[in-house]
Amino acid sequence: MPGAHAVSTFVERFAAAVDAHAQELTELDSAIGDADHGINLQRGMRAAVERLPAGGAAPDAILRAVATALISKTGGASGPLYGTAFLRASQAVAGCGSLEAADVARMFRAALDGIRERGKAEPGDKTMVDAFTPAVDALEAGIARGDDLRTALRAAAQAAGAGSDATIPLVARKGRASYLGERSREHRDPGSRSTTLLFEAAAEALPA
Amino acid sequence: MSRTAVVVVSHSKQLAEGVRELALQMARGSNSVWAVGGTDDGGIGTSAPAIHGALVEALGHCDEAVVLMDLGSAHLNTEIAIEMLDDALQQRVSMADAPLVEGAILAVVSAAGDAGSAEVRERAEEARRMNKMM
Repeated sequence: MPGAHAVSTFVERFAAAVDAHAQELTELDSAIGDADHGINLQRGMRAAVERLPAGGAAPDAILRAVATALISKTGGASGPLYGTAFLRASQAVAGCGSLEAADVARMFRAALDGIRERGKAEPGDKTMVDAFTPAVDALEAGIARGDDLRTALRAAAQAAGAGSDATIPLVARKGRASYLGERSREHRDPGSRSTTLLFEAAAEALPA
Repeated sequence: MSRTAVVVVSHSKQLAEGVRELALQMARGSNSVWAVGGTDDGGIGTSAPAIHGALVEALGHCDEAVVLMDLGSAHLNTEIAIEMLDDALQQRVSMADAPLVEGAILAVVSAAGDAGSAEVRERAEEARRMNKMM
């Protein structure tokens, strides 16, 4: 059962993955956006790691600290979107000292709902929603059929990656890429890539 | 001070200040226009805390505020900045879905005529139907 330590490790793993892939994210964004996704998310997640509460904080306090850092430090649309995701995740697990598998599923569902309300994107718009939605669906399906959290989160990360791959042929209908129209085709959506990194970090850290 | 403040939010601090400057040409003497743009480290982007700060300041001087925004994250971060306000202040802010330059000029002219925020927002949104070339 993931406790506060696992949640902190998840945040650190995601920040490390964003660091390692910052150039890739920015290159994806330079093809169809404003070339700042990697650098923005890197700045936001570095601030999040710096602001992680000391040991003893509950999971919701950790997630809320990440939300605040992302909202105040990120700069691009990924700040309000991921910030809202972490804020809703925090609210979904308020009062939990450690997280059951069902809590983890509820947390990611709440995060996705927050992203969709904030960004008004639908699946197929070529955004992070195209990776986040199948990931949460896979997580919930795995837990519903009795998979352990590790297996369910691995399935979620794979589903996020497949969802991200599926953005490549799409024409963007939301975000900066939508200004490119047809020219946004044949490029991966950068937000769908960072969302895949998020679920990979969750699969590594949360079941520990 | 007019009843309604106009707050211009852009990814670029220079663009926000330029829009403010341009709009004030049509409403000389107005001191109810705020411009906020860029990230907190001076880059291109928007910052919810910076927008929040401008809203608090504007609402300290005027009864209501209407916000005009440029692209994507300007709107998302303005929404978050409004949510960061106390409930009583939130009721006094609205966003105009309008082109930034024309919308700001219409809003500032309307606000300088002492219009309330609903009218200022409606005037700003009329910019969506304006033709530049007849």
